[in-house]
Amino acid sequence: MAEIVHPSPALAHQFDNLEQQKEASTLGMWVFLTTEVLFFGGLFVTYCIYRLWYPAAFAAGSREMLIWAGATNTAVLITSSLTMALAVHAAQTGNRRLLMSFLIVTMLLGCVFLGIKAFEYHTEFAEHHVPGAAFEFQPQALRQNAQLFFSLYFVMTGLHALHMIIGLGLMSFMLWWAWNGTITKEYYNPIEVSGLYWHFVDIVWIFLFPLLYLIGRHV
Amino acid sequence: MSEHIVPTRTYYTIFAILMLCTGLTVAIAFVNLGAMNIVAALAIAAFKATIVVLFFMHVKYSTRLTWAVVVGSLFWLGILLALTLGDYLTRGWIT
Amino acid sequence: MRTLVLPPHHYLNDGYGIKSWLLTRDHKRIALLYLAAITFFFFLGGSFAVLIRLELVTPPGDLVSDETYNKLFTMHGVIMVFFFLIPSIPSTLGNFLVPLMIGAKDLAFPKLNLASWYIYVLGGLFTIYALVTGGVDTGWTFYTPYSTVSSTTSVIPAAMGIFITGFSSILTGLNFIVTIHRMRAPGMTWFRMPLFLWSIYATSLIMVLGTPVLAITMLLVAAERVLHFGFFDPALGGDPVLFQHLFWFYSHPAVYIMVLPSMGVVSEIVAAFCRKQIFGYKFVAFASMAIAVLGFLVWGHHLYVAGESVYAAMIFSALSFMVAIPSAVKVFNWTATMYKGSISWKTPMLYAMGFIGLFTIGGLTGLFIAAVGFDVHVTDTYFIIAHFHYIMVGGALMGYLGGLHYWWPKISGRLYPESLAKLSAGIIFLGFNLTFFPQFILGYLGMPRRYHAYPPEFQVLNVLSSAGASILGVGYLIPMAYLMWSLRYGKIAGANPWGASGLEWTTTSPPPTENFAETPIVTEEPYTYPLRAEAHLG
Repeated sequence: MAEIVHPSPALAHQFDNLEQQKEASTLGMWVFLTTEVLFFGGLFVTYCIYRLWYPAAFAAGSREMLIWAGATNTAVLITSSLTMALAVHAAQTGNRRLLMSFLIVTMLLGCVFLGIKAFEYHTEFAEHHVPGAAFEFQPQALRQNAQLFFSLYFVMTGLHALHMIIGLGLMSFMLWWAWNGTITKEYYNPIEVSGLYWHFVDIVWIFLFPLLYLIGRHV
Repeated sequence: MSEHIVPTRTYYTIFAILMLCTGLTVAIAFVNLGAMNIVAALAIAAFKATIVVLFFMHVKYSTRLTWAVVVGSLFWLGILLALTLGDYLTRGWIT
Repeated sequence: MRTLVLPPHHYLNDGYGIKSWLLTRDHKRIALLYLAAITFFFFLGGSFAVLIRLELVTPPGDLVSDETYNKLFTMHGVIMVFFFLIPSIPSTLGNFLVPLMIGAKDLAFPKLNLASWYIYVLGGLFTIYALVTGGVDTGWTFYTPYSTVSSTTSVIPAAMGIFITGFSSILTGLNFIVTIHRMRAPGMTWFRMPLFLWSIYATSLIMVLGTPVLAITMLLVAAERVLHFGFFDPALGGDPVLFQHLFWFYSHPAVYIMVLPSMGVVSEIVAAFCRKQIFGYKFVAFASMAIAVLGFLVWGHHLYVAGESVYAAMIFSALSFMVAIPSAVKVFNWTATMYKGSISWKTPMLYAMGFIGLFTIGGLTGLFIAAVGFDVHVTDTYFIIAHFHYIMVGGALMGYLGGLHYWWPKISGRLYPESLAKLSAGIIFLGFNLTFFPQFILGYLGMPRRYHAYPPEFQVLNVLSSAGASILGVGYLIPMAYLMWSLRYGKIAGANPWGASGLEWTTTSPPPTENFAETPIVTEEPYTYPLRAEAHLG
């Protein structure tokens, strides 16, 4: 391990060197993502149980989803993951302008995703698919169990959207730090760690899309 | 180590595979495979998630500790799922 | 004997005034912030216990109404579990000691550490809000559909309090995991770490892996209650038992969040006061990890009578028996450490002995109720209450008090009054057993929990229990008083008053803000006893 003679301004006091600081923050983000896996995990387990119990209601519920919106949003998020990965690459190679451009594109794609999601929510609201007293569903026989599907749909996508919004906040900070020169070729770890978070949110959607939009299409 | 800089070509390749998989999973969803529809959808999703983790999130080039964290989180999710399902799937065995 | 003086510069005199505390990033000061907050919640939760025991002195419900009684035991449970026991050792002693024990300047993320304290306080404020708006009557377990449909009390603020505090727990666990992985001093290998750190590491794993599931469960309860979404509602085809699965996936391992750190404390104390290397170090270390893993496989034993399948009950029963193995390994190894040790009966050692005995009773009765047949007989009786109080109070709280006394000289730089401390340790031990042992008998005889009235034939045992509780209450107030007193008037402790091994004893008491004058280099295994006692021992 090389001794650092002049400590970098980015080095926090509790660390010996930048390498240790970087490893700590990367590990910290991975451990945090573990908690996220278990957080969404509780929802996936709930989904799994009720899908087993009420396959017809879940299939019927998923047919009500706007598949073009879900598929487009999947493509949008995958593209934003690509631009995020390229942003990390630009940070690693010290290309500040490219880094900022990729961050902006990533954020724009995130906004497109949220816009499409908001449109979907609006549609579902108009069709009385929000669970509660005003809930309507055809066929009437599946009305009760379909509420379980839509409750899960709204909580799962809602929490996912909340994570997207947090991600956009994080990216704004990163953009600020890239602009004011905090991020350098030697100290790009914040970008890398934010990228981990962004990709994780993408992965959650990769599972939500088939579970919520696709399971009933073939009937 | 995370010092490893992944060439951008790898990112574009992974992106292309992810897009193809998305198209594939939508297409398969409209074909009636019976119980295999959900299996196919989840298998494709798991594959997509795996390549995102390995390449976009650099786990392929990371320390064993990072691997342990990833595997550990999935293992604990597996505990939650398996033991809960263990109750639900065996409830009907005695009537 | 040379006269001891406090070091000129230490973390307590590095800045004065409210801002230097509320904006601190020093793990030692944050530990004290936690100490103040959890002590407040301990006495708040304890005051509900006092009212519960007062009500149960007489068979009819004459002191409080049944609704009020429901709120008393709910608030007692919520506050004691989520705001005292879970943060108790990790947030105070853990925060203070983790960097000191591994030879680091601070935790890996000091700002996050301070944020965790504020999150804890915010969660606490929600709970106090729930309290002043009339309290909650669901029991600390928030079982649906009562919590989502029927209860008319402040369920949402209380559930949000738990949700928020959960993040404090998650972030503390995350901080410890990263710190232990990445911040160890040169030469501090995993098997040179004190056993306290192994237990804190295992605890952190549970916090990080279990708490998120509780968080999402509380969120689903809130969504069902407020938005009328359906997750567990039988009217929509939902399953209330699924709530219990998700709830206990966290809340059973949570018991190990409470007791594992105490086990770590006991390992340190037993080694120090028997002047011996801990017997079977690696076994004790791996037992902590085994408990953390096995603890996640047993939650279904809370659902035996709730409608889970009989096959699942059989599997969960068998797995529950397995947790006894690593727990017993620890008890045997502490006992073996004491064998032929030169034991000095200082206060921390008294608490450690109390822990070993009471934890063993709690653990063995746990085996009774892990067996489905016996559990069906005693479910929701005072047998269960007695069992988990032997683990949580007899175990976790004894360890916490033992650790607080053991490291008090390091934290404050001063000694507590030894004979008064021994006396109160004895009072606590007596009071505890008098409170909770009769409850085993009451439960076995069939007295159900959560009722404010009971048949007259149970009165004698209930009066004994209430009498014990009043003794226990006095036992808790005395240490509170003399520890405060000792902050100003206690004898100066010196760096290592117990002649104990471990890096934390090599720095001054109280330690400087940066912990060590220069980064220590570790060349030895832990517990290199017998050591030369540096200061007045015995």
